[in-house]
Amino acid sequence: MAGLRQIAFYGKGGIGKSTTSQNTLAALVDLGQKILIVGCDPKADSTRLILNSKAQDTVLHLAAKEGSVEDLEVEDVLKVGYRGIKCVESGGPEPGVGCAGRGVITSINFLEENGAYDDVDYVSYDVLGDVVCGGFAMPIRENKAQEIYIVMSGEMMALYAANNIAKGILKYAHSGGVRLGGLICNERQTDRELDLAEALAAKLNSKLIHFVPRDNIVQHAELRKMTVIQYAPESKQAAEYRALAEKIHANSGQGTIPTPITMEELEDMLLDFGIMKTDEQMLAELQAKEAAVAAAQ
Amino acid sequence: MPQSAEKILDHAPLFREPEYRKMLAEKKLNFECPHSDQIVTDQGEYTKTWEYREKNLAREALVVNPAKACQPLGAVFAAAGFERTMSFVHGSQGCVAYYRSHLSRHFKEPSSAVSSSMTEDAAVFGGLKNMVDGLANTYALYDPKMIAVSTTCMAEVIGDDLHGFIENAKSEGSVPPDFDVPFAHTPAFVGSHVDGYDAMVKGILEHFWKGKERTEAAGTINIIPGFDGFCVGNNRELKRLLNLMGVSYTFIQDASDQFDTPSDGEFRMYDGGTKIKDVRAALNAEATLSLQHYNTRKTLEYCQEFEQATASFHYPLGVKATDEFLMKVSEISGKEIPETIRLERGRLIDAMADSQSWLHGKKYAIYGDPDFVYAVARFIMETGGEPIHCLATNGTTAWEAEMKELLASSPFGKDAQVWPGKDLWAMRSLLFTEPVDLLIGNSYGKYLERDAGTPLVRLMFPIFDRHHHHRFPLMGYQGGLRVLTTILDKIFDKLDRESMQLGVTDYSYDLTR
Repeated sequence: MAGLRQIAFYGKGGIGKSTTSQNTLAALVDLGQKILIVGCDPKADSTRLILNSKAQDTVLHLAAKEGSVEDLEVEDVLKVGYRGIKCVESGGPEPGVGCAGRGVITSINFLEENGAYDDVDYVSYDVLGDVVCGGFAMPIRENKAQEIYIVMSGEMMALYAANNIAKGILKYAHSGGVRLGGLICNERQTDRELDLAEALAAKLNSKLIHFVPRDNIVQHAELRKMTVIQYAPESKQAAEYRALAEKIHANSGQGTIPTPITMEELEDMLLDFGIMKTDEQMLAELQAKEAAVAAAQ
Repeated sequence: MPQSAEKILDHAPLFREPEYRKMLAEKKLNFECPHSDQIVTDQGEYTKTWEYREKNLAREALVVNPAKACQPLGAVFAAAGFERTMSFVHGSQGCVAYYRSHLSRHFKEPSSAVSSSMTEDAAVFGGLKNMVDGLANTYALYDPKMIAVSTTCMAEVIGDDLHGFIENAKSEGSVPPDFDVPFAHTPAFVGSHVDGYDAMVKGILEHFWKGKERTEAAGTINIIPGFDGFCVGNNRELKRLLNLMGVSYTFIQDASDQFDTPSDGEFRMYDGGTKIKDVRAALNAEATLSLQHYNTRKTLEYCQEFEQATASFHYPLGVKATDEFLMKVSEISGKEIPETIRLERGRLIDAMADSQSWLHGKKYAIYGDPDFVYAVARFIMETGGEPIHCLATNGTTAWEAEMKELLASSPFGKDAQVWPGKDLWAMRSLLFTEPVDLLIGNSYGKYLERDAGTPLVRLMFPIFDRHHHHRFPLMGYQGGLRVLTTILDKIFDKLDRESMQLGVTDYSYDLTR
């Protein structure tokens, strides 16, 4: 296990975490790395582009069927996809019931104890939305992921989420070895997106590791249950993911302890960028608008 | 009133007084909506049939009287086997009261363990504050040398990270930075007390061994006993044997003194246990031996990471099992097994031969922890008895395979059946449909004895309703003698009871058996 590198992708729901992580890992496997993906999302969609199939059977689904997780073998839950990438989905309960966080803990313990981490260079965790409870912090505990990559965009809520995730990492950074590897901006074509992402990264004592431009080819590939790397290896977008993969590969040990900011600071930052307006500005605009309407009558 | 201050009746005779009989009968009639006696009797009879047994064994969604306890109980027992160590269970308070009372009721000794007393707010916000305050209080109030942290279900479900919490508590000054706080995650809804034991012992070894260099000291041996309600008798007996051999050994986890403190005017919150310096030094031992394989699977794997030789046994009890243990010790240490031990072995075999006619062909049902059931089945076969039902609620498929291999090795095992994962309600059906002469287990077997009439021999934790048995060994040749005597007493008592009726059955009420 000496050379094992463990990383995790976090980010707001719907930001393109799973898409970004699978494309990046597909590029990483081309660099000759042996990879295990651990999907930590009850939706279980972290591996479909690698496996070229719809969602795989999850650890918890199979455990429930067998009666207990102790009755499972690692071969039952581990599927092999694009260029030998091993894939596991932890799975979890139906929306609205049970405890998905405990599911993540159970699955990761099962995988570790049953040797799923043997003979791989990389373990990558793909974790849902936010560090909402202790269970979803499992991948950043001691001896788990060393670097966390936050997938975000220039949208305000994505920035909020990124800052919150940084708070979660900070909780564990002093007692363990977890660090913030960097931000990955998945372009949404919002105003001054690149500047904003870089500014937030700087505030968090981190860096923007890559800016992934928006390209419809990602959609084309995704509809075919493929990564861009597999679907269109020569495309410009594939080159972007390769660049990201190389940056992550070279980023070992470069992570930092994040310095999350307060909500006021975050809002001030958006004001500075002219994306958000102050209450006074908004009030003035509203009054001007009303005056214009009144004048028109 | 039948009760008076002059002559106080215990509840059992008291409830036989007419006033109480009348009151209880009225309570049943007015508040319990009782079925007729006929229906109750018929239903009772039905539960003794093969038809009911089939349904009972096919049962999936319900467990009735499992013969196992939960992980943190094992962790608390494990922690009690180290020098001045306080068990700190992170989670809700009631759970910890259960571990304390369970151990106390068995050993008839005080049992100390503290809880971080998590409540509703901790369930929402996480138990870090409870850990910070709890460790500070434990350190200040109970003067421990080490605090061993385990968890209840509650802390596990919300995903509290012990490593992180303990580090944070240290940096907030709860305990000094270099104070030893090993930990083990022990979710009670997975595995059983044997796994909790394993996790805690491994946690303690990891705490002291992690990142250390090993320099092998040839011929030295570590011994991990496993969860054992007879640790008081067993550990002392094994030490006697090892001392006779002149072996250099360390018990890793030894609760024999903690659960057998003398009454001499001084209260000992902590007594005995493996010294912390010995735990550190144990890294350098040539080999680590586990007396109970299913209690130490992860711990032994950890020892192997340091390239220690390892071997595991199934509760070395009886002739062959003790032979194997001593021969392994002799092989590693290079020390001969002395003549005195050879003589003890001969005496046990002599005793078994003396009683052979009473033991041959006796049928047994055995339940308990996986290693214990294996050991007892093996010894029973050595005495010419036939294990018929071997049941371990916490037995795995690997245990089942090992049991079948053992039973196939002797003609006395040919009618035996192995029941992994089954509970004592299943055992009840087995006793009715395929009766045996003796049932071997713990105090919970008394309800099976009541229902099925099978005499119960109490040889495993917990034994709440008989005193002091745990002070005598079951392991080794001396222990074999003890088990043999206990079984024979049960057989002779029954025989005497059945041949006591004057002028009717007393034709063979012999003085000599």
